[in-house]
Formats: sequence, C-alpha cells, structure tokens
Amino acid sequence: MVSISRRQFLKLGAAGLGASSIAVLGFSPAAALAEAREFKLTRTTETRNTCPYCSVSCGLILYGLGDKAKNAPSSIIHIEGDPDHPVSRGTLCPKGAGLLDFVHSADRLRYPEYRAPGASEWKRISWDEAFDRIARLMKDDRDKNFIGQNAEGVPVNRWLSTGFLAASASSNESGYLTHKVVRSLGILAFDNQARV
Amino acid sequence: MASLAPTFGRGAMTNHWVDIKNANLVIIMGGNAAEAHPCGFKWVTEAKAHNKAKLVVIDPRFTRSAAVADYYAPLRTGTDIAFLGGVINYLLTHDKIQHEYVKAYTDAGFIVRSDYLFKDGLFSGYQPKTRSYDKSSWMYEIGADGYAKVDPTLTHPRCVFNLMKQHYARYTPEVVENICGTPKDTFLRVCGLIAETSTSDRTATFMYALGWTQHTVGTQMIRTAAMVQLLLGNIGMPGGGVNALRGHSNIQGLTDLGLLSNLLPGYMTLPGESEVDFKKYIAARAFKPLRPHQLSFWQNYGKFHVSLMKAWYGAAATKENNFCYDWLPKLDKVHDVLQVFEDMHNGKLNGYLCQGFNPLAAFPNKAKIGGALAKLKYLVVIDPLATETSEFWRNFGEFNDVDSAKIATEVFRLPSGCFAEEDGSLVNSGRWMQWHWKGQDPPGEGKSDTEIVAGIFLRIRELYRKHGGAFSDPVRNLTWDYAIPYRPHPEEIAKEYNGSALADLTDPKNKTKVIKKRGEQLDGFLQLRDDGTTACGCWIFAGCWTEKGNMMARRDTADPSGLGETLGWAFAWPANRRILYNRASCNPSGRPWDPIKRNLIHWNGRAWVGFDVPDFKPDSPPAEGMGPFIMLPEGVARFFTLGNVVDGPFPEHYEPFETPIDTNPLHRQVVSNPAARVFRDDLEAFGKSTDYPYAATTYRLTEHFHFWTKHALINAVLQPEQFVEVGEVLAKEKGIKSGDRVMVRSNRGHIKAVAVVTKRIMPLKVDGKIVHTVGVPIHWGFKGVAKNGYIANTLTPFVGDANVQTPEFKSFIVDIEKA
Amino acid sequence: MAQQSLDIERRSATTTPSPNMRGHVAEVAKLIDISKCIGCKACQSACMEWNDYRGNVGTCDGTYNNPFDLAANQWTVMRFTEYEPPGGNLEWLIRKDGCMHCAEPGCLKACPAPGAIVQYSNGIVDFHEEHCIGCGYCITGCPFNIPRLSDADSKVYKCTLCSDRVAVGLEPACIKSCPTGALVFGSKDDMRQHAAGRIEDLKSRGYKNAGLYDPQGVGGTHVMYVLPHADRPQIYAGLPKDPHISPLVSLWKGALKPLMSLGLGVIAFAGVIHYVGVGPNETKDDKSKVDKSSEHRDQ
Repeated sequence: MVSISRRQFLKLGAAGLGASSIAVLGFSPAAALAEAREFKLTRTTETRNTCPYCSVSCGLILYGLGDKAKNAPSSIIHIEGDPDHPVSRGTLCPKGAGLLDFVHSADRLRYPEYRAPGASEWKRISWDEAFDRIARLMKDDRDKNFIGQNAEGVPVNRWLSTGFLAASASSNESGYLTHKVVRSLGILAFDNQARV
Repeated sequence: MASLAPTFGRGAMTNHWVDIKNANLVIIMGGNAAEAHPCGFKWVTEAKAHNKAKLVVIDPRFTRSAAVADYYAPLRTGTDIAFLGGVINYLLTHDKIQHEYVKAYTDAGFIVRSDYLFKDGLFSGYQPKTRSYDKSSWMYEIGADGYAKVDPTLTHPRCVFNLMKQHYARYTPEVVENICGTPKDTFLRVCGLIAETSTSDRTATFMYALGWTQHTVGTQMIRTAAMVQLLLGNIGMPGGGVNALRGHSNIQGLTDLGLLSNLLPGYMTLPGESEVDFKKYIAARAFKPLRPHQLSFWQNYGKFHVSLMKAWYGAAATKENNFCYDWLPKLDKVHDVLQVFEDMHNGKLNGYLCQGFNPLAAFPNKAKIGGALAKLKYLVVIDPLATETSEFWRNFGEFNDVDSAKIATEVFRLPSGCFAEEDGSLVNSGRWMQWHWKGQDPPGEGKSDTEIVAGIFLRIRELYRKHGGAFSDPVRNLTWDYAIPYRPHPEEIAKEYNGSALADLTDPKNKTKVIKKRGEQLDGFLQLRDDGTTACGCWIFAGCWTEKGNMMARRDTADPSGLGETLGWAFAWPANRRILYNRASCNPSGRPWDPIKRNLIHWNGRAWVGFDVPDFKPDSPPAEGMGPFIMLPEGVARFFTLGNVVDGPFPEHYEPFETPIDTNPLHRQVVSNPAARVFRDDLEAFGKSTDYPYAATTYRLTEHFHFWTKHALINAVLQPEQFVEVGEVLAKEKGIKSGDRVMVRSNRGHIKAVAVVTKRIMPLKVDGKIVHTVGVPIHWGFKGVAKNGYIANTLTPFVGDANVQTPEFKSFIVDIEKA
Repeated sequence: MAQQSLDIERRSATTTPSPNMRGHVAEVAKLIDISKCIGCKACQSACMEWNDYRGNVGTCDGTYNNPFDLAANQWTVMRFTEYEPPGGNLEWLIRKDGCMHCAEPGCLKACPAPGAIVQYSNGIVDFHEEHCIGCGYCITGCPFNIPRLSDADSKVYKCTLCSDRVAVGLEPACIKSCPTGALVFGSKDDMRQHAAGRIEDLKSRGYKNAGLYDPQGVGGTHVMYVLPHADRPQIYAGLPKDPHISPLVSLWKGALKPLMSLGLGVIAFAGVIHYVGVGPNETKDDKSKVDKSSEHRDQ
C-alpha cells in the first residue's frame, strides 16, 4: 500500500479538492467528454507480409498511411499480426510486434556510401559510381586470379580470391538470383547463415 | 540439416509448427523455443492445454521455455550426445521401443561389414595425420544380387540393431550423470517420460535449434535425437518428428536454394576437382536402390541437374557440351565461412560481398574476423541497416579499438530494402513457401537486393562483352530474360525457379498425349526431363508457381482433419507435403498406427490418400514393400549412416574443444571430435581450464533478434544493455552481485557487461569436479539505438562441426571477475 | 462513434449523471494466465507500438525486468521472480503488471478533475489526460500502484485496455500479440469460464492451489490472473493478497468532501484559477517519490 505523505494530503485539500468542489457547485467543464481515442487504422491500406526475423514466419499486416493515391506515398504506420495465418494466428513476439521500429529505424541506410583506404569517414556516392567501381574491382580481381584449369589440365573454372556472403533473411527470389550470378562468376567462397 | 538428410533423406524439419499441438510429449533440448521462437512455441502451450501433453526442457540454463515446462533437467553444455545416448540405452534395455516400426522402417536388420569397429573412442579407418576417417568399412554387407544383406530377426551379431545396442551399452545412467552433471534420478525421470511414447498411439516431438548445431559434434547431437525417435516410432507421425527450428526467416529457403559453398539448388552438389566426367558426376549422385522395390528418388538426379543448367544457361546448355557441365566451378575444398575467413586472414582473398549479413558480429573470434577484413582490398556491404561489419575500420573505443588510417580496405555500403519494401517468398522452418507483398518504398535511395545484384552483374557482363577477360562464357550466357534487366521482378524469378517446358512435353506412357505445351509452367518435379526440354531453377520448389498461378500466395485456412494440415495455405515443398515421411504414419499394411487421433493418410486399395499429400509413390501398394523413406536407397531410415557423416556412423560423445574437465570420461585419450577440422593458429588460441575454469555458452534473448533489433527502439527499450548470467554459487565465490559490472575473458579476448546473478544456472558435478556455467547473450555491438556493448563473439572459438563447420558458439571456457 | 459504443458508467469528480441508457453492455476482461506466460514482453512491445509511446532506453539492473518499472511511458511491465517453493523445484514466476481495471476504481474515486478518469459500461477505466490536472491523487487511490505521473507534461498515464480498439470491436494490442495465449480477452463471464478450465489443468499437473485472482475488495477486476499458487499472490512480485482502496480516499469522499467543498469553496476557486494560470503546485521531490515507490527488484 502506498503511503500518503503529509504534503500530498495538504494538496488534497487545495487545488485538487477545489476542482471537485467546482463540479459540486455546478461548474462541470463542458470539455469533460468521455471519448476513447480515435481508432487510427480507419483509412489505412493493408498489405500482407511475413515477419523477417525467425523461421516461424508469422503473418503480418502492414498498415500504410493513406489510400495509395498518386500524391501520397505510402508509409507504414503500424504492423500487426495476420489473424488468418495458420501458425501465428495474429500473434507476434516482442521482435515482430516492434517491427515498425526496424522499418523506420534511425539506422536505416539511405544512399550508397564509400570509405576510401585509410579514411575515417564515409563519403556519399551515386549508385552509378558504386556499381561501376565495384564491377571494375571484381572484374580486375577475377581476370587476375581466375583458375581455368588445375595442374592436371582439367577445367575447374573457379575464382577463389573474392567471396560472397548471402543473407538468409532475404527472399527466395533474391537468393536464387544471387546464386545464379555467383556461380556464373566461378565463386566458391559462398555461404549464408545456414552454417551459423 | 546435414544430420537429418543422412538419417531420413531430407535436411528439413520433419513436421511443422502447427503439428506440434498433436504431440503427447514435447522435448525441448538444444534450443529454447519460448525465447527464440515464441509464436511457434504457442503450439507447445496448445499441446499442453488441449492434448494434455507434457513439456520437458533439457538445457544448461533454466530458460524461458523451462518456465512453463512440466519438468526441467539440467545438463552441462556440449554433453547432449551422452544424455541421448543414455536414453537410447534406456529404451533398449527396458524394451521400450516400437518393434514393428523399427523392424519395417529402419535399417535395424541390415548387416554391417565385419571390418567395421569402434574402439577406444575411434571408429575404424581413422587417419590421425589428416584428422579424418577412411569410411570404407562403415558399410553394409552387399549380397550377390547387389542389395544389402538383412536379418529381419535382428539376431545377427553385426546387424545395425545389435551394434547400436553394444555401442550405447556404455551410456549407463551413472555415466550420463558423470558426464552431463544431470542427477541420475532426474535423468531416469526424463527417460521414463520419453519411453511412454513408444506405443503406437503416443508421440513425442523434439524441438531443437542452434543449441545443437553450434558444436563440433552438432550433426551427431541431432542424429542421436533422430535415433531416439526412430526407436519410438515417432517419425512420419503427426505430433512426432525431429524438428529443426531454424534461426532466420529464410535460412531454410537459402539452404534449399543451395547458397552454400558446395551446393547447387535443391540439395544437388557441385562437382569436386576430380569429377571430370559429366556422366560419372550424375551417376555418383543418382543412387541405385539398396533393397528391392525401393524408390530411391535421387535416381532422378540427372533430370534435376540438366533442368537447372537449362534455367541458368538456356540455349547455351546443350547435350553436346554436357549442358555446360565444365562451366560449373569445381571444388578444391569446401569454402565454408571459417575456411574463408582463415584464408582471408592469410591474405588469400581480395574482395568480399556481404549481403544482409554481419560477420564481424556473427562469426567466432571477433579479433580474427576484424583482422581478416582489414586484409581485403575491397568490401561491399549490402544491408538495410548500418552494421558493425560495414564499420569494422572505425574506432569505437573499447568496443572496436582499431586504427582507421592503417586499414586500406575500400568499403562500399549499399542501402537495400527490407521485407516491407519488396514482393517475394520465404520458406519457414516447416518448409512452407509463403509470398509477401510490398508495403512501402525503401527510404532514401534504397534499392531491393535483386536490383542491387542485377546492377553489379550487368556492369560486369558489360565489361566482359566489351573487353573480354578470363573465361567469360558463363557470364555472357547467363539467362537474363527479365522484362526490365536491371530490375528483375520477383514474380519472374519465382517462375524461373519453379520451372517451365522448353518444348511440348508428352506423357511418357502415351507419346501422343501432350501434357505441357512449350513455355508453360511445370506442375511439379515429376515433369522434369534430362534431355534439355525442361528448365527448373530449383527442383524441390517445382509446383510453387504453376499455370494456375502463384501457389505460394494461397490463403485457404481450411483444416478438415483438425490436425493442422492446411493444404490450401501457401505451398510446402516437396509437392505440398506437410509432414515428411508420412507413409510411416501407417503400419506396413497401410492403415494409420493411430486411426483415432492421427489419421493422416492411408491406402484405400488403389492409392494413398488422406489429409496430407502422401510422401510416397501414390500407387505403390503396401504389398510391394516400398519403404517410407523414399529419398534413401534403402527405403528405410538409418540408425547407421554409413559414410554419409564424416565423424562416425553412430554418434559418440566427444567433449567441446574447450572443456572445463580437460578429459573425456568415456575415453580419456580421445577427448574431442577427432574428425573436426582445426586450423593451426586456432589450436593455439584454445584455452586451458586452469586459466579459464568455467563453461560458457552464448544464446539469444527473446527481446532481440541477433544484431538487428538493437537498431529498433522498442526492442532497445525492452533489453537495453549487455549482460551476462552467473549462477548464485559462482557469484558468491567471486563476490559478484546482481547489477555489478563484470569482465568475462576467454583465450581470445574479453567483454565487460552487467552481471545477472541467478538461481537458474546451477553448478553441476561432473567427473568429480564442480562445473559452473557463464551465460553470454549475443545481441549487443557498437551500432544501434541500444546501449553500445562488446561483440559477444570476441570470446568464442574458431572451430566448427566436423560435417558442416558450424562454429562451436555453444561450448567454450572463460574466466569471470568483477570489472 | 467511440462514445456510443463505450457507454459510460461513471466519470471522476462529476455529479451529473453519465449517459447510461445503452448500459446493456457485456463487461469485458483480460485474463492473464501466468502458467502460460514465458515473459517474452510481446505485450510490452505491442503496447508501445499501438499506443504510440516509447519507453526510455535504460540500463540493465541485474535482472530481466526491463524497463524496471511502470512509467508514464511504460504501461505494462514483466516482473520476474525466481521462486523455490519449500521442498519443490525452482520456478520462474513471471507476472505481467499493469492496470487491473477495477470495478470499484480507487483512482477514479480519488480523482478531483472532472472527466479525467472514466469508467465505461464495459468495465474499462480510462484516463483522459487532457482533463488531468497532475495532482497525483489517482496514484494514491490505486491499491495496485499503477498510474504514473509524467515528468514531461505532468499528466498521469496508464493502460487504457486499448479502449480505442475495444470500441471498434477489436481486442487490446497486448492480447492480440501474446504468442502463447497467456493473455486472453472477452466477456468477463467467458474469461471466468476459460480460467476454470486452466485451473483444472493446473491442478492435474500438481498445482493444488491454482486459482483465479479477481479481488473482491475492489469489486472484482477487469484484468484477472490465473495463478498456479493462488493461495500466495504475494510471491508474484508483490501482487496484493486482498487489495482495498486507501481509507484516505474513502475519508475525503465520504465525510470530508461536503465539508471541504463548502468551507473551502472560495479557496478552491482561487486554487483553480491559480492552476489554470500557473500549473499544478508540484515539487520535483513529490514526483520522484511517486515514480520510485514501486520498484520490484526481486527479479
């Protein structure tokens, strides 16, 4: 039980009681309506999605601001469980229930960046600069270190001096496309979180 | 996954999340589902509430799963094989096995070669120099007919059943107590609960995760559980199975798609260096049946492989050039992440691309990883978030004390979209392929992962087209028929991995009947051909996007059996089957073992039918004797895995590479896994128990997901600051109180964190010694909105499982003191 | 819209009758089944997300309790207790703490600000902060030590039982998120029935004192617990065994109120004018005392 300090009790007799006395005296403020907060999803757009964290893959409903009109780009304002989903049945864990703060994290990257050798800061670059430079570095390395045949003259067609680490939170489509590209280049240093 | 495939035929959770509700007993071991998979865990609470199920949790810590368990048993980290080996011994000596199941559906009666031997901690064929086995003696006796010899009476002294009995006879309750630290009566109580499910109308399910995989004997830990379940007749049954709870939302999908050094999509494998001949490459993988009338489905390997090469190289892949067989890179060795970072550390790599992965935080021995990255010429990080890896070169004081000026690596950081900003599909632990839709654009200039991969690839291809260079045929000829080449749409890619007909396909039984017209999407993998007339990017996914449309986007929740098999929801590979090996839910004559509560499929006299898609040849009558494990050449599941597992055909207890007891009570001269690969400088980085007396283990907390959610404010609020868990007894010895700052050291480095002193980590008596455990949650780092902290993997050792090289994050040794 | 579907039972410091004609409304209740709770904090997460507040990124105090306590920006918290029953096995008791939505709400009775606290016919007790004068009497009046005064705006906040969701026929955000079904929502009658089934299951598993927590000292609550050890609610991080509204609240509401209303009428009027112009008479000391009064450090 919380004890009431003397000071609190004194206040009880002053401002607080005063307000109540006003009501007694017939001064009930007109603004004292009792209405619940307005339901915030009345006109949002619903999009079905899947939680990106663990492999339970709970169903999500993304609530987007607005009605997707041309002049109002959608921004997700709320994420809630999909009640139809047979596994999750609308539930979400503390990570899934907090997904909105991942989507809108202050640490989301917004544009390509480059860090030069020895530098201690990032520099913003364009996508074209990034793609051109990366492609050039990769091709030069591949051309220099590609192993077409082994010592016995057998074709082995591998490129070992560049590796690729794929993400097991990315979609099948992303994974498939990545695999196709990586193998066509001859990369063998290729892995994803499946091992860790 | 490399443990389930050699045992059952496929590397995946045998059942699925909802099915857990059908269990009578749930065993959580090698995982902490309540903490790491809370919404899947609901099916445990459902099983308890509506099926009167019991929940048993076996773990070094009293976890959140244990908080709602009926029974908790402690064990020392890394000793699960000893525990489960003891369970096998209990079931065999107390005759608590499902005899008819074991005889009909396992290799129990198969006779093993006479030169197979296990002695003093080693299997026959050990070669100490290479730390590997010559596995030729780990084989059945093969008869003159080419089939394995079988003794259906299980009396032959060298039949698998008797060898297994002999192998585990050493694992007595006293031995278990001495190795695991689990009190004998607690162990026997768990054995008793497990034994109750050996009847045909009761099932137990095992739920495990990285608490088993992240050991140098991880594959074998899972195998031991699989053996227990086979003895009990719990595989293929609703409410049964060995259920791998995968860590990431699409780790199953990326494994299925073969994004691993040595794999191709659909669990096909890349050729090794010596595999010059295409036909031999195929033949070595198209396993012939080892018993009469077995399906041995991998016999179709050629169809899957050729269809893949047609999907990748289109018209360039012809019969004449062996469908571009030579274009595939040939393996000199397996380039798993530990090998790659070892090579990087030795200066053998120049470039590295990290797509949505944070190796500096996620891999063992952070100092080694950071040092390796600093030796790269270029690093490309593709991620929605600002990861530690992308800033490995930046000084963050005590958390990342580096000199930027001395790090010459060029680093690119490319913003990718997240789940909410793309269409696409993910494969959950239960193999469900589920489609999702885009809800908003990525912030700023962010692009989707596919767009970024396309962007890099198209520039490289352009350079090769214009200027030529090292062997560019595969680059120039890679199929890229996407409507907008620099922005392939997920729908186009999904259709590609499903597969389509490249010519009119006729019915093999009636050549005049066209079953697929050229250009049509395939219905499933049974339509694949090895003559180049079909293309399919991932054969096990075939059927996910047919002429009827996107099967992964289906949303029918109907569950007519009440068992949770919602066949109209999304698409489950293979062929929309929900419970793998479900033929084994019926007895040999084709009737369900438990017709009242587990009526899943049955033989109706003409075909296999029921509430799930039969995982079987649909028209093979029970009398034909085809076994339920159709991916294996035996047709039955394996207790004895032949040469398919590199560190022994039966699991054996080996100590972690860093062990607090310095010995292996079973065979003191062979302490740790003799077939695990260890790099020389890492061997030197192992600590001794004299310096680091306490067992340690790393793990997740439910408030966080790896190293992502420290970027999400809500999760940072729920668990803001790095801590470690210490048992009350050890804390008292060390003068540590809850809330104190402590330093935890291993031979590789140290971290500082807040101490949580708890009753939930108990000291265990092991081999005459008291072993304390220090718990190290992993989620902090030096980027994000949570309080900055140390990377937990500063402490962990750089050694992996013998089969799949998963690092031993779960068992190592440390010292702890007040900071 | 909201007002019509959530009919009003009573309002604080208001003597005029509340609109009550549509009172044929089922009482709702949240049932917290401690035996299914894994302490995952999904409810905490969902509460922050739905209600558009965020707690502070604090520190670890050597327990799993995070944030340590309820706050104006933390309307529900998990309280963890490691409990060793005499002769039994270790139990990790985890209790979700937050507003109990009492049938006889001590907060509402103590509140002097007209319409700042409202009880709807369905049983939800809701704070309307725009009418709150920051006096903190509701804190005194609450037998469960739930409401918290905000440093930022001198208003008191607590769980609304997501009255905005319930008004449109949805369950509260915490209920929907709960992964294990430890939280259930429905009519109070249905929840009692659901609890009975859970208690039977717990008894079959050896919890012979399992029971429902619906304390009658506050007229029953619209948040109830299934407790495996219902004979000792205190072991669940100090859940009161027999909560009652503070006698001080009854005192001033009963005998003192008319007396003070008349006698201090003039002073009171002046006081309100002072409040409107200057803000509440508060000192920093009082606030910190209120905020810290309830720390449960027993993990």
